[in-house]
Amino acid sequence: MQQTIHDVNLKKLVAEAIAIAKKEGASEVEVSANLDDGFTSIVRMGEIDTVEYQRDREIDITVYFGHKKGSATTTEIKPESLMITIKKACDIAKFTGEDPYNGLADKALMAQYLPDLSLYHPWDLSAEQGVELALACEAKARQLDKRITNSDSVSVTSFQAKYVYGNSHGFLGEINSTQHEISCILIAEQDEEMERDFAYSLARDPKDLIAIEKIADEAVSKTISRLGARKIKTCKVPVIFIAEEACSLWGHFVSAIAGSQLYRKSSFLLDCLEKQIFPEFIHLYEDPYLLKGMGSTAFDSDGVATTKKYFISKGFLKSYCLGAYSARKLGMQTTGNADGVHNLIIEPGEKDLPQLLKLMDRGLLVTEVMGQGVNILTGDYSRGARGFWVEQGKIQFPVSEITIAGNLQTMFRSLIAVGNDIDYRGNIHTGSVLLGQLTVAGN
Amino acid sequence: MVSIMITKTSHFETAMNELLLPAELTEQHLSNLLNDILGNKIDYADIYCQSLQLESWGLEDGVVKEGCYNIERGVGVRAINEQKTGFAYSEDIALPALSKAAMAAKSIAKLGNDKRIKISGPINGLNLYHPVNPITGLSAIEKIQILHEVDQLARKEDPRVVHVIANLVGVYELILIMASDGTLAADIRPLIRLNVSVVVETKGRREKGSSGGGGRYGYETFIQTGAAAYHAKEAVRQALLNLEAVPAPAGTMPVVLGPGWPGVLLHEAIGHGLEGDFNRKGSSAFANRLGEKVASSLCTIVDDGTLVNRRGSLNIDDEGTITQCTTLIKDGILVSYMQDKLNAKLMGMKPTGNGRRESYAHQPMPRMTNTYMLAGSHDPDEIISSISKGIYAVNFGGGQVDITSGKFVFSASEAYLIEKGKIGKPIKGATLIGSGPDILTKVSMVGNDLKLDEGVGTCGKDGQSVPVGVGQPTLRIDEMTVGGTE
Repeated sequence: MQQTIHDVNLKKLVAEAIAIAKKEGASEVEVSANLDDGFTSIVRMGEIDTVEYQRDREIDITVYFGHKKGSATTTEIKPESLMITIKKACDIAKFTGEDPYNGLADKALMAQYLPDLSLYHPWDLSAEQGVELALACEAKARQLDKRITNSDSVSVTSFQAKYVYGNSHGFLGEINSTQHEISCILIAEQDEEMERDFAYSLARDPKDLIAIEKIADEAVSKTISRLGARKIKTCKVPVIFIAEEACSLWGHFVSAIAGSQLYRKSSFLLDCLEKQIFPEFIHLYEDPYLLKGMGSTAFDSDGVATTKKYFISKGFLKSYCLGAYSARKLGMQTTGNADGVHNLIIEPGEKDLPQLLKLMDRGLLVTEVMGQGVNILTGDYSRGARGFWVEQGKIQFPVSEITIAGNLQTMFRSLIAVGNDIDYRGNIHTGSVLLGQLTVAGN
Repeated sequence: MVSIMITKTSHFETAMNELLLPAELTEQHLSNLLNDILGNKIDYADIYCQSLQLESWGLEDGVVKEGCYNIERGVGVRAINEQKTGFAYSEDIALPALSKAAMAAKSIAKLGNDKRIKISGPINGLNLYHPVNPITGLSAIEKIQILHEVDQLARKEDPRVVHVIANLVGVYELILIMASDGTLAADIRPLIRLNVSVVVETKGRREKGSSGGGGRYGYETFIQTGAAAYHAKEAVRQALLNLEAVPAPAGTMPVVLGPGWPGVLLHEAIGHGLEGDFNRKGSSAFANRLGEKVASSLCTIVDDGTLVNRRGSLNIDDEGTITQCTTLIKDGILVSYMQDKLNAKLMGMKPTGNGRRESYAHQPMPRMTNTYMLAGSHDPDEIISSISKGIYAVNFGGGQVDITSGKFVFSASEAYLIEKGKIGKPIKGATLIGSGPDILTKVSMVGNDLKLDEGVGTCGKDGQSVPVGVGQPTLRIDEMTVGGTE
């Protein structure tokens, strides 16, 4: 089923939808559409587990009648369905209330420059070949250590996507992208105790994927290292978030500067613009134009041009994260972040992870956090965690069934160092992060 | 609940008319397709047609500023050979797209020879909810009125309320399943939900509170039961309480869990670990433990898909199996897993009506429906007064579990200190962590006040979300780690 996303002229469809909605009387219109094709090949214990062919279609229509707004979405990318969907959106707008902040972003802010950000690199790989690759990765992993007694799943995934956003200002942008992933999830066993962990590689370009041998290696060593985990006594100690998990901390920061949280007075960073939030050595910016980046885009979901800019400079908050609507609610200008941040980069320090451990001396290295215990309104933070106990700068033993708790505001202030062991795979690029004291609850 | 005289056959006719007729498809087309898929290496195949309408309205700052209407239709085709699954889907319910999906799904096993299937007549599922379309049941103006009522009541409740968000969501879902084991079944599933979230502010301190509920019925029920007033008041009460909250304690201590939604404990601590797929693969901490004691003998826990009108209930599951009440743990002994067809067959067990999927674009897997613990004999007050120092948690955000190590968390959003047998000050939100196979052995008292949740649960697994319910009586757990700061 190698039908591709290019079979549909999505730009034309979106432009037509905008024209129809205007004819229906809408004063402003915006339409976004997504096509997504791909496959996932999953193997387990030397056999195929699942081969899944994905094919998703969605078109979202938003109409404005003055300051009244209506939306409708459909998975049927056909002219008839489009007509019904547009009419439905217009119907809804008859019943919603006047919201003076509703409407498209200013026309002058629409992205003009739409460069190729090198996001589209199809992988010449069939689902069957995906199975072979996954089997090879799993086989390699299972032979590395006797304690790897089971495999949860090893998978190869490849997707192509086409995204079009257009609005009645005449803006029409298209992004073609690909995403490929190899993931290896293993189970290790020792003394009737089981532990599971994983490693993965994710990239826009299949050439940038890590070799399966390396993925297998990493998955095995991570999983084995969890064996023999124990609880520790309740204490207050410094904590290092390993790079992979440090992304979650910066994610909370992004939530707290998001326009929707701010105008709802639901953020602990309300009224903090130009105020110091982190120590002076913290610099944090977004680069939407990064080639092959997971968050790369020249326009946000309002069609507004994205810009490379600092959110934090010398520890001070330089910009919120706003779209047109939240900006108007706050009496500010959109920052081109209607859909969040685009490649958030935390400038690294000079230390690698072993040096950070040394700097911490005694404390907790967190490799996984669990649960939803983060309150963006108050900054109160309490999550399940696991990782390793560190003494004299060295890992001593694995730790599990503990919680870590504090308040994000103080945690950000207490930040001691960011490592240079950057995880480049996602939309947030950070090294490991060493924080001051948190409460660790255990025995 | 009034009983309804609608038989499943009419569900089936509705599904045929809405899903197959527009594409000029018949039952025969589907069974031909299943025959095409079957071969000596494919031992099971199914076709799942679905249409879904979803409407949502959102109020904020006193204005209903968002309204959205979604239409989704599509078909998923699955082919199974022993433990191997091939799966493909299309948003186009039409013969060419279906054939293509079928070819893709069967590609997991290339060889084939004829094995004819015989489809029996449509099965009669349960009649747990009316086949109503909530979206057309009330006019837009009436729905919006519910939201305005929430807003006004919340603001009237207390002058410290500075922000109110209210959302109303209605879903009307139609499914039709045909499978090579002869299954032919259809269901019509309404689902509605009201959510309220408020922010209160005083002397520079801000806190939030939220409340919500719903089930498988029309919006009229919200009006009849006064849901708007109930959830508005409840959200404000919680937010105001948080204004008084003191930092939570840190460490291991006795914990009393209130009745109802705190049953999320059961969902995380043991529910996921008892899903068939994890046990078949040996990746669950509960694998190979049937017949063993995994909880104190006070604990009997069921997964029940047959509760009338509940959010987690289903007349049939998404593989066409009639749902049931499955006892998972009886007097502390593990007696059953939750199964879909694939895992039941591979484990030599029976499906339990737990084969669920988010949509046509997702594969079925064993999932919970309504999971709860049966009532015990203790008076709730007696349970509280049995503790000299601990916490009493009555409301939770959500939870998460690592089914392999068994470690799970859930986050309290309303909790109090217990001091010398008395409920004390409210404490700030804190995460509780424990070990699934171990935690229920520490249940030393079970209340006589079994309660189910309000109908807010959504469970995520492998990227698929399905509506679920939980419940429990008041419980005393002798020892659990509380993730506070003090």
